[in-house]
Amino acid sequence: MSITIRRVLIFFLSLIPLGFIVYKTLTNDLGADPAKTIVLFTGNWAFYFLLITLAVTPLRRIIQLNVLHFRWLQAHRRMLGLFTLFYAVLHLVSFLWFVLGWEFSRFDDELIKRPYILVTIPAVLLLIALGITSTKGMMKRLGKNWLLLHKTIYVIALLAWVHVLMQVRSSYFDAVFFGVLVFLLLVVRWNNFRWVQFFYPKNSRASNTNRRDDNI
Amino acid sequence: MLIKPSQDLTENDVTPEVIYQARREFMQGSLLTATGLGALSLSGNALSSPSQITDLDLPAPDWIKQKINSASANTQQISESLTPYEHVTGHNNFYEFGYEKTDPAEKSHKFKPFPWKVTIAGEVNKPGEYNLEDILSKVQMEERIYRLRCVEAWSMVIPWIGFSLADLIKIVEPKSSAKYVSFISVERPREMPGQASAFSNIEWPYREGLRLDEAMNPLALMAVGLYGKVLPNQNGAPLRLVVPWKYGFKSIKSIVKIKFTEKPPKTTWNLLAPKEYGFYANVNPEVDHPRWSQARERRLPSGLLKPNTIETQMFNGYAAEVAYLYKDMNLKKFY
Repeated sequence: MSITIRRVLIFFLSLIPLGFIVYKTLTNDLGADPAKTIVLFTGNWAFYFLLITLAVTPLRRIIQLNVLHFRWLQAHRRMLGLFTLFYAVLHLVSFLWFVLGWEFSRFDDELIKRPYILVTIPAVLLLIALGITSTKGMMKRLGKNWLLLHKTIYVIALLAWVHVLMQVRSSYFDAVFFGVLVFLLLVVRWNNFRWVQFFYPKNSRASNTNRRDDNI
Repeated sequence: MLIKPSQDLTENDVTPEVIYQARREFMQGSLLTATGLGALSLSGNALSSPSQITDLDLPAPDWIKQKINSASANTQQISESLTPYEHVTGHNNFYEFGYEKTDPAEKSHKFKPFPWKVTIAGEVNKPGEYNLEDILSKVQMEERIYRLRCVEAWSMVIPWIGFSLADLIKIVEPKSSAKYVSFISVERPREMPGQASAFSNIEWPYREGLRLDEAMNPLALMAVGLYGKVLPNQNGAPLRLVVPWKYGFKSIKSIVKIKFTEKPPKTTWNLLAPKEYGFYANVNPEVDHPRWSQARERRLPSGLLKPNTIETQMFNGYAAEVAYLYKDMNLKKFY
C-alpha cells in the first residue's frame, strides 16, 4: 500500500470517533446530560490518540520481525499527534461551550474551584505549541530545540493522567488504565531502547539506525 | 417559595396520560431536547392523580403493584418540569452496578428485588425481620414530587411513590436511647457487577444514616415506586430512602437493614473521603465541594447548546421544612 493511500486511510479512520459522536448528537442519543457525554467522549479520545502517538516509536523499536514490524507507522506519527491535538481542542471547546455556555464570569466557580481542570492548562498550551511546530519548516528552523520542545509530550501525558487521577470518585479503573499505559510507554524508552537489542541477533541492529527525531 | 400546599384542585388538573406518551415521543424523536428546549412543562399544577408512565409493565408481585396504585397524588405544588422517565431511569449513580451513569440501567437486570425482607435492629422495642409486604400493609402510600440534587452538581425532578419514613419508625417504636438511624444496602456481588469490580474503592455494603429527628421529618420518604410504577432495579428496587434536602448519595437504595443507634453511624462516602463528604450532606450552595463549586447545578435533561444551569437553593429549596433541624449549627463545619 502506498504511503498516500495509508495516509488517507488513517486520516478517515481517525475521524470515526468524531463521526460517531456527531451521529449520536443528531439522533438525540446522548442521554440526560449531553454536555457531559460529549466532554467525556472527546477527552477520552484525545487521551487514546496521545497513547497511540506515544506507542509508534516503541512498536517500531521493539517489534523488529521481518513479517511483523511497524516501520511503516513512523511516517504517520505526526498525523496521529495532530489528531491528539484535534480531540483535545474538541474536548476543551465542548467544555467551554456545552458546560460553561461561554459564560466566562463563571470561570471562578467552574475553573478555579476545579483543580483537575487547572492542571490541563499547561498541557493544552504545550499541545498547541507542538501542533504549530510540527511542520518540516519549523523542524528545520528550531534545530536542536525542536527535539527538546517535542519531548514535552511526556509532560503532557503525565498532566493528562493527573487530570484523570484527580477526578477519581468511586472507581480507579480509568486512573489505572491510563496510568499503566502512560507508565509503560515512558518506561520502554529507557536508555533509548538499547535494552531491546538484547533480544535480537547482532545483524538486525543495522536496520535500526537512529533517525533525527528518534529519541521521542 | 416554590412549594406550597395545593388548593382548588379539580378534575381539570389531571394530566392526561396521553401527554406522557406525547412527551416520550417528543423526547425520542426530536433534536430539540439536545438544543436546550428540554421537556414539556406539565407541572405548575399539582396533580390530582399520580404521574403515570403507561406503556411499561415492570415485573413485580401484585401486592406491591396494588399498593402503588393506591397512592394518593402529590399534594405539593412544584413549578418545575418533571425529568422524563427515560432519564430518571437511564442516568444515575448506583455504584453497585457500575460507575458509569448508564451502568445501573444496563447492568441491573440480574438483580431480583422480590421477595424482600428488611431487618430492624438496635434501640427499638420491635426489632426483627419484616417482610416488605407486611410493612406496606401498615402504611399509607402517596406520591411526592421532589427535586433530587446530586453532589456532582446535576439535578432532576422525580415523582416518587412511597410512605413517610416517620410512619415506619413509629411502627418499630424506637427507645429513648435511639439518636440515629442507620441504613444498609443489599450486598449481592453475583447480581451486582459493581460490587464484584476489583477497581471499586467502596467497601460494600453501602451504608448511610440520619439523625433520628431528621428521619422523623415529614419530607423523609421511603420510596417503592416512581412515575406510578414499581421502582426499576437501577433506581433502588424495591425499597429506598429519599431525603430531598440532602445530596443524592444520602438517599440509600435497596435497603435491607435499618438500625437505631445511640452514636452516629458510619456512612460510605464519609468513610471514603471524609474531607469531601460529610455525615449531614445537606444541599448548600455556600459550601463547596473541595473539587468543584456547589453554587449551581445542571437540571437534567440539560440542553447542549444552552446548558440548563440553575442556581442551587439552600436545602435544595426545602429550607422552610427542614432548616429548624440545623439552627445554631455551623453548616460549614458540619457539611
